[in-house]
Amino acid sequence: MRNATTHCRYAEDVNPAFPAEIMAKLGGEALRDCIQCGTCSGACPMSVHMDLTPRQLIALTRSGLERDVLQSATPWLCASCYECQVRCPRGIKVTDVMYAIKRRAIEKGLYPKRFPIPVLARSFHDMVARHGRNSESRLVIQLALKTNPLGLLRMPPLGIRLLRTGRMVLGQERVKNREQLKAMLDAVEES
Amino acid sequence: MTTYTYYPGCSLTGLGKPYDESLRAVFGHLELVLEELEDWNCCGATSYMSLRQQKAVALAARNLALAEQTGRELVAPCAACYLVLIKAQHAIAEYPHVAEKVRRGLTTAGLSYSGRLSVRHPLDILVNDVDPALITAKVVRPLADFRVAPYYGCQVIRPYGTFDDPLRPSSLDRLMRLLGATVVDYPLKARCCGGSLMGTMEDIGIRLNFLLLKEAKSRGANVVTTVCPLCQFNLEAYQDKMTHTFKEDVHLSVAYFTQLMGIAFGLRPAALGLHRNFVTAAPLPVTA
Repeated sequence: MRNATTHCRYAEDVNPAFPAEIMAKLGGEALRDCIQCGTCSGACPMSVHMDLTPRQLIALTRSGLERDVLQSATPWLCASCYECQVRCPRGIKVTDVMYAIKRRAIEKGLYPKRFPIPVLARSFHDMVARHGRNSESRLVIQLALKTNPLGLLRMPPLGIRLLRTGRMVLGQERVKNREQLKAMLDAVEES
Repeated sequence: MTTYTYYPGCSLTGLGKPYDESLRAVFGHLELVLEELEDWNCCGATSYMSLRQQKAVALAARNLALAEQTGRELVAPCAACYLVLIKAQHAIAEYPHVAEKVRRGLTTAGLSYSGRLSVRHPLDILVNDVDPALITAKVVRPLADFRVAPYYGCQVIRPYGTFDDPLRPSSLDRLMRLLGATVVDYPLKARCCGGSLMGTMEDIGIRLNFLLLKEAKSRGANVVTTVCPLCQFNLEAYQDKMTHTFKEDVHLSVAYFTQLMGIAFGLRPAALGLHRNFVTAAPLPVTA
């Protein structure tokens, strides 16, 4: 993936409304207070695997470079461990900002398409919206079918071990009152 | 005798079954009653929140509303469930526009939530509600040969630090010492295992967990204890692959803290789900 920070920037790359959009999301309010100290990047156990460090992602967000931010793998690699958020000296809810960026990337269809993490999020979301519960084994199999069908061939040893120890449930878990759950979710509007 | 409302979450019915079994056994032994929440739904974990925000809060809030009706505290053993439920409480309390949307959703479903419910992690209960003298009195087989690396992971303590320090926690250390175990100094005790990334980006997950196990070993631990089903699975299930990939033997038993408590209390290994762990080398009892 190209390194966004080394590219020349022109006015047409900037969406001036983008910073305010992210700041309007839950937990995004304090983004303006960032002093670019890099504590978040230093604390992050995943930053070595990211195309942009959390600090860079915040800088680009505040500059309105929407496309670079939404196409980045960084928010999807965030494991939600909240270490950056707890350590941030400016009280920025960095993990929540990552969630806000993920949702925006999905809305705009700009997330990294071949990346299995948004695919998992989508399958998980759909399963829960439909059944009210998630069945881990089914989710894993669905994910493999969508991203790496050949990988399924390598999975049996772990699957067999889980089955043998009674830790794999193949049936779909569901709530009894699915109508109630659906009615509730339908009644909540996203903004 | 105290009764709690129990929210097992999806993991404890599958991957985390030994956690469910040992938790029930240990609570029962301490005369703490767990009554499962009727018709609970998935908390939404990290994935649901990646797609929908307000709906994610509502999804968690259905459980809060159902639990509030029971009039008791809610126990959530899975780290992700525990955090998501508390995070939903914060979102409702801090953002009036979210609270309003959730209220409307719950009303449609014939439910309501006042915000008075208390969500607890079992570690919190065992350390703060139970008299340490009672735990000591119940120990019939002190864990003298156990050198434990106490692994807290992330979401039980962060971001809110509800019952322990979010960066330098110590409650699990204290509990293990009550059981007679030696607790090794483990600086990575609150470093993330990667959570669901093991399922999506296996090479990254394996590296993170390799580092956690390697550090535990180099500190002299002979068992890692966990408080979360995903941490336990990530640390335990890929040890062959890690050892092969990094050419360093990191095989180590990884047991739930409730399993270690049960062993110290003299409960049967099968009642603690120990036969379901992948690695049960000494000092864990042989279960075959």
